[in-house]
Parts: sequence; structure tokens; C-alpha cells
Amino acid sequence: MTNTPPAAADGARPPQGLPAPDNESSTGGAGGNPIPAEGRVPPTHPHAHPPTGLDAHLIVDLKTFHLDVTLKAAPGDVVALLGPNGAGKTTALRTLAGLTPLTAGHLHLDGTPLHRTPPESRPVGVVFQDYLLFPHLTALDNVAFGPRCHGATKKEARAQATTWLTRMGLAIHTTTKPRHLSGGQAQRVALARALATNPRLLLLDEPLAALDARTRLDIRTQLRHHLAEFEAVAVLVTHDPLDAMVLADRLVVIEDGRVVQEGTPRDIARHPRTDYIAQLVGLNLYKGQADGHTVTLDAGPEIATAETLSGEAFVAFPPSAVTLHRTRPTGTSARNLWHCEVAGLETHGDQIRADLTGELPLAADLTTVAAAELDLHPGASVWATVKATQTHAYPA
Amino acid sequence: MSDAAAETLESGPRRRRVRKGVRRGVPLPLLLPALLGLAFLLLPLVALLVRAPWSTLPDQLTSTEVWQALRLSLLCATAATAASLVIGVPLAWLLARTDFPGRGFVRALVTLPLVLPPVVGGVALLLALGRNGIVGQWLDSWFGITLPFTTTGVIVAETFVAMPFLVISVEGTLRAADPRYEEAATTLGASRFTAFRRVTLPLIAPGIAAGAVLAWARALGEFGATITFAGNFPGRTQTMPLAVYLALQNNPEAAIALSLVLLAVSITVLAALRERWVSPA
Repeated sequence: MTNTPPAAADGARPPQGLPAPDNESSTGGAGGNPIPAEGRVPPTHPHAHPPTGLDAHLIVDLKTFHLDVTLKAAPGDVVALLGPNGAGKTTALRTLAGLTPLTAGHLHLDGTPLHRTPPESRPVGVVFQDYLLFPHLTALDNVAFGPRCHGATKKEARAQATTWLTRMGLAIHTTTKPRHLSGGQAQRVALARALATNPRLLLLDEPLAALDARTRLDIRTQLRHHLAEFEAVAVLVTHDPLDAMVLADRLVVIEDGRVVQEGTPRDIARHPRTDYIAQLVGLNLYKGQADGHTVTLDAGPEIATAETLSGEAFVAFPPSAVTLHRTRPTGTSARNLWHCEVAGLETHGDQIRADLTGELPLAADLTTVAAAELDLHPGASVWATVKATQTHAYPA
Repeated sequence: MSDAAAETLESGPRRRRVRKGVRRGVPLPLLLPALLGLAFLLLPLVALLVRAPWSTLPDQLTSTEVWQALRLSLLCATAATAASLVIGVPLAWLLARTDFPGRGFVRALVTLPLVLPPVVGGVALLLALGRNGIVGQWLDSWFGITLPFTTTGVIVAETFVAMPFLVISVEGTLRAADPRYEEAATTLGASRFTAFRRVTLPLIAPGIAAGAVLAWARALGEFGATITFAGNFPGRTQTMPLAVYLALQNNPEAAIALSLVLLAVSITVLAALRERWVSPA
């Protein structure tokens, strides 16, 4: 996961407040994004304040759960809330939409306080995890629902909806009922429906979770285009680091209702600060006291590092940097040597991932051949070496 | 009727298969009581058909009293169903979608008329809405409205008895429907009422229709509460069940004829239901 995509779509984003260039519409598919014919869609949003984006401090106190999350985003930003199940991502999203009330804190959108505004009066669009397309309405009427509620006549609303569906490459599906749409089509209708109200804040709850792997790939790409075009703030919730890194330009990692780390995908992938993130990005992560080229872990063992640091520090290295030996190696140039025991083995792509316990719990990747030659099995005693140059240390 | 034809074609082989299954699998201790139960349900209806005065039937049925009673029955049952829809659907929504203290108790109260003997319901209605009833006296003195022993009284009595069927049916459908559709509607700018009207209502329409039919059928057959609260005046409050009961005492043949009419109405409703809701679309 070290090969992080560049901060999503920065290059593709049109200057703020301007519609996307029209010259990619030749395919007519969802990849290109023609300007809607009526020019109704993008900004021209009458606002008392210049759009300043999202400024929220979300506090929710439930009996068993406490959420305390600060979120800030400028117009055009795509922020991903990333976290394990039950971390409070969806709760945070619901408070932004007004579906769950805030216990305390505040929510300002483009300078307007919204925390006491009911959901129907918030300029917020939501794409729900399973889309929640109204089953009794056609795709067109699903998208026209929002404009209708905002006072458009039936004809106007349908015209806008047609524009949006065309933009999503769904022009031929306007009269289709949701149950006859494929997962990917339903996802795009849901996105069109959320965008059709011209929201200043777009919320997406696990936008790709309901799709099969093949569709997911296509839709992820398309969604990235649409998000890049969206001129206001977009917040998406996901537990999939790949979705987060492809779609968002900033990640906010939430664990147990609190923000544990935020930054660009690249930054988070390189400098994980919790076990959860380290696991997500596939790194061994340790915390200890640095002194020069050595980090002494709280549990005892020392790790030699390339960087020179002092004070609290993290050390991370990928499982592929670990070399295993059945006997204590002699004459190795690796400065880190630990005696471990194999706790478990599993295939990981075309590699074998060994879970080790002992002096230092760590994950090691090795080829199938190497695993066979070493005769690895749970309980086997091994020596693990890691070169200092393959570790990465950074201040905690 | 092409649908019906297609259905017959389809169900032909299915039925045969079922019959084969019966011979092979159903244990006798279950089969015999089951057949007895079926016979028990059908026998009275067969008797009604067997003993029907077929030769004099046209005369019996063309009498003005029969038509009066039938017209009144249909009118009152339909009006009672309409009233149940107007106040029963919101009540069901309240019970299914909101949380207030004592909701379980209120829910039990709503279902009470289901198990209450209708005559008791009639007496209770008299005490509430009768000319000296706790509300009825004010209706009388302020608005000059008298409910007992009027056609409106019939509708009130039938609504009281039939509405719980609708409320229970609609509430069940509402509980099964995903409330997040309403949330999705509010995020699109719909007020809670708009969300109910444009999203929830269409989603639960089949449940409402089924509940309405149940309520209508119950209202059509209502006897106890009607005769207690509205009396038995031909042309004004004498519905079919009352007419049947009265006829049985002095003209049994007429009673059978009237019963046949009610049976025909019931079967028609059932057939219509089958076409529309029971058979898979």
C-alpha cells in the first residue's frame, strides 16, 4: 500500500465555481461529464456568505457510545472518514445530515450554522449505503424527487433529473424502476438524486460497499470523476482504505468515536499512528523511545533505525522487509534480529504471510518456496532479521 | 381475464403435484381432522345453497326491502371504511413510527374492539355518543347532532368495530417497511409529512388495501354494535345482517335469500382480492 495514488484527482478538478470543461463529453458515457444542457446544475447558489466549506465539531453522547469528531473542509475537498466497524463513522455522517441530533458541538456550512436545522432544510445530499432508492418511483422520478421538494414544477424537476441521469450515463434508464437497475446503475442514480438538490455538502455512506468486485472497480473510477467535479464539500465514509485513498484527498481516521489521525492518503500510508491504520496499509508498527539510531519499545526489545530521532517515536516496516531463518543467522548485515515463534500462516496474494510472536510480534511475508524450504508451521521457532535501512522511524 | 387464464394453466400441474404429495406424505391423524375442518367450514354454505328457495328467489330479491337493506349495507360499510382510512392510517403511523410514553398501552386499547363483544361496543357507544352520553349530550345541545338510531350511527358503530382491523394491518406493514426511506426523503428536502405522503404511503399501499378490505368486510357483517347503537329501522339503520335476522323470525325463505346475497357479495370480494393482491403479480 506504499504506492499511494496522488492526492485524488487534484489535477482533474476544475477551478472552483466553474463547470467542468465540455470537451470530454464525446463518449457520452459516465466517464465524460457533459455540461447539463440547461446549465441548471452547477454553482449559482445564492449564499449570504462566500462558500467557506465545512466546519464541524460533532459530539454525540449515546448510552454506550461517545462520538467527538472535528471536521474541517474547504469547498472542493473530498474527505474520507475511515475507520473500523462501529467506530462512529456513520453516526458522524448522520449528524452532518441532521438524521442524528448533536449532543453538543457545532456544524457550520459555508458560514451558516446548521446544527439546529432539520434535515429537510439542510443543503446536504446523501448517498446511502444501500442507496435507498424509492422502489415505487422510476429512476427519473427518484432523481426528480429532490427538486420537486425544493419547489420545482413537475416538468422542471423532470428536466433537471433527465440532465443528471444523462450526465451519469443513464439516459436510457430514466423509466426503469430501481429493482431493475444493476448495482452500479443504482449507485449512479443515488448519486444523481443526491446531487440534484445542488447540495453544499455531499455525504456518501460506504458508496461502494454494496457492489461486487468487478463493478466496484468501474464505479470507483466514475465516482472519482464525479467527486472531482463537485464544487462543494464531499464527505465519504468507508472502511476500505483503497476506496478512501482513491476517492479522497484527505483522510480522517476514526477509532472509538475519536479522530486518531488525519492527513493526505500518502502521509497516512507512510506514517501510520495506530495499529488499525498500520494493518490497513500493511505495515508492522511499533511505538517506543528513540535515542539516536535506536528505538526502545515499551515492551523491551530495541529496533535499529536509519533515522536519527529522540523522544517518543513510531517505527514502521513492511512485512516484506522481514527475513526469516530457522537457525540463528551469523554474518548477517541486518542489525535487527529477534527470536520468534510462528503463530499462524496464511496466503496473502502470491505470498505467505507469517504471523510471529515472541520477542517482537510482527508479520512477515515470504514466498511459498521460501516457506516450504524453511519448513514453517505454527509453533516453529524462527529468527527474524530486518535491515535498519528498511525501517522508517518518525516522531510520535 | 387473460391473467386468470394463464393462472389456471399454470396452477394445473402444480395442483396435481400437491395432490400426489398428499397421498404420499400427510399422516392420517392430521389429514382426517383437516378434512373434517374443511367440511365443517363448507357444510353450512352448502346447506344455504341446497335449501335456497330457488323458485321464489327472484321475487324475494326484487322486493324493495332487500334492495334498501343491501344498498344501506354497502353504503355504510364503504363509509365506515373511508372513515377508518382517514383516522386509522395516521393512527397506525403514530403507533409504528413515534415513541411516546404508554405507546404499548395505547396499542392494546386500539385492538380492544377486536376482542370486545360488539354488543358491548354498542352499549359503550350509546353511553359516549348517545343523546345523554358524555359527548353525545353536547353534540345534541350544541350542534343538534344526534347519532343513535340514524344512518350516521350505523357508520359510527361499524367504524368502531372495523377500524382496528385496518390499524393493525397498516401498523404491521409500516413496521415491516424500512423507515430509512423516510430519512432519505427528508435529506432530499421533504418534510416529514411529504415523506409520508410521497414515499411511505405508496410503499405501504398494499397493506392499506388489505386492511381496508378486511375492515370493509367486517363492517358489512356488523350486527351487534349496529343494532344496539343504531337500532333496526328499515331504510335507515336496517343493514343486511339485521334484515336477515329479522326475516328469519317471520319469513325464513327471505332470510335465506338475503343470506345468499351477502354470500355472493363476500365471494365477489374474495375473488376480486385474489385477482389483485393474493396472486403474485
